[in-house]
Amino acid sequence: MRRAFSLNRHLAQRLGFTFITLMAIATVLPIVATVIYILVKGAPAISLEFLTGFPHDGMRAGGILPAIIGTLYLTIGTAIFSVPLGIAAAIYLSEYAADTPLTRTIRIAIINLAGIPSVVYGLFGLGLFVLFLNFGTSILAASLTLSIMTLPVIISTAEESLRAVPQAFRTVSISLGGTRWQTIRRIVLKEALPGILTGVILGLERAAGETAPILFTGAAFFLPRLPGSPFDATMALPYHLFVISTQVPEMPIQIQYGTALVLLVFVLTMNLIATVIRSRARARRQW
Amino acid sequence: MVDKIIIEDLSLQYSDGTESLRDVSLTVPEKAVTVLFGPAGGGKSTLLRCLNRLNDLTEVKASSGRILIDGQNILDPDIDVIALRRKVGMVFARPVVLPMSIRENLTYGLELAGEKRRSKLDEAVERSLKLAALWEEVDDRLEDPAIALSGGQQQRLCLARSLALQPEIILLDEPTSGLDPISTGKVEAALVELKKEFTIILVPHSVQQAARTADYAAFFLQGELVEYSEGKTLFTAPKEKRTEDYITGRFG
Repeated sequence: MRRAFSLNRHLAQRLGFTFITLMAIATVLPIVATVIYILVKGAPAISLEFLTGFPHDGMRAGGILPAIIGTLYLTIGTAIFSVPLGIAAAIYLSEYAADTPLTRTIRIAIINLAGIPSVVYGLFGLGLFVLFLNFGTSILAASLTLSIMTLPVIISTAEESLRAVPQAFRTVSISLGGTRWQTIRRIVLKEALPGILTGVILGLERAAGETAPILFTGAAFFLPRLPGSPFDATMALPYHLFVISTQVPEMPIQIQYGTALVLLVFVLTMNLIATVIRSRARARRQW
Repeated sequence: MVDKIIIEDLSLQYSDGTESLRDVSLTVPEKAVTVLFGPAGGGKSTLLRCLNRLNDLTEVKASSGRILIDGQNILDPDIDVIALRRKVGMVFARPVVLPMSIRENLTYGLELAGEKRRSKLDEAVERSLKLAALWEEVDDRLEDPAIALSGGQQQRLCLARSLALQPEIILLDEPTSGLDPISTGKVEAALVELKKEFTIILVPHSVQQAARTADYAAFFLQGELVEYSEGKTLFTAPKEKRTEDYITGRFG
């Protein structure tokens, strides 16, 4: 009787473990499948001409260079606006702001900002940057729109990294005659930097892959040349993928998957950089 | 005997109502070890943190009274707090080495003060390490991360780090509470040397340490200064019943 009971318990445990393991595998499966599928379907399209050439024959042939460069420009533009602002806001929230109704409101606003659908950012960018500020459909307007979308990610990860730096370091630095800002600059920021960078990269990675926010603010259907100034519109990988997948009849499927593969590699490379920074920092950390 | 610090009717209460001080008056003579001891929550650490205005970082509900260091009231909101903290060094209970090399830990405070000359910095590193009795153990590995040192070495590094700023007063808040007896002995031995040059205020981690190290001793109980006199007198013939009960181990 007793023996049977313990056997049952072992069996239940085994079944439980198996179930959990299967669930864990199930979560990874779609991601792995997507990557492999795109890799297999897209790889034949990749060639030097595809990566460095302009599209021709109504985009049904040639390369996707303008879209690659465009996405690069948009990512850099987004970084220029969102990184300094995001880090400054995080320093304020973590190091200076007391717990007041004002700062609580700011925090709630940031959390809610992260939940807004990206197409809403697109419309907002159209209203504010393209029309009201008269930047036109341009890299500038699109970068600013993407920046607003990226800010909450950067602010919240940066604030978290700053808060993770032990309070004792601050106390010691102050007791050695350091000012608040000296303490932040020499110790807190230095120690939080890997975490901040990880957040920045993850935020920018999302910006690089977004279509909706640039749809109305900066993305061009087709451009015969590369953009020459921040006030020019630009082609971009995600929007280009949307265009060639839905808007161009008789589009060779290979080019679609090739474009998807390039976008995927772009984003995954950023992800990889973030992972490397994080793991190296963790190994080196002295607290 | 010159009075370095004069505390007059100091009262303080934290916003969360935890620890407080009630009407504490005390004079601390220079170049001696003054020990503040008593059970936890008595206000010893609070008093220490008033002396270098570290309490500015904590939410204080109310405070009154004066603390004169060399005749200047350091609780005056207009004083140069940064200069005060360079003059009044502090060592904490848990050794907190900054996440940098041994040398950088020692030069950190000086660099904040704007000292850039390599020779001055090197000189300060060697002098402060010798004062803290750590030089011989680390002189060949100054560039190593400070975290690689043992607990006892880390605490002496923290002491040396305060000394590098050439303070006049050193506050030590249970500096040996996490150390083994040998390391504790080294820190205490360093204090005996240091008091020739510095004014030392020590919160010891035991009554025994208080008795071993005190030139002067002040017994604190629940925010109140119960008794204050020369160490020899206080530990052999206390005037107050409460002091006697505590040092003989009847409570605490």
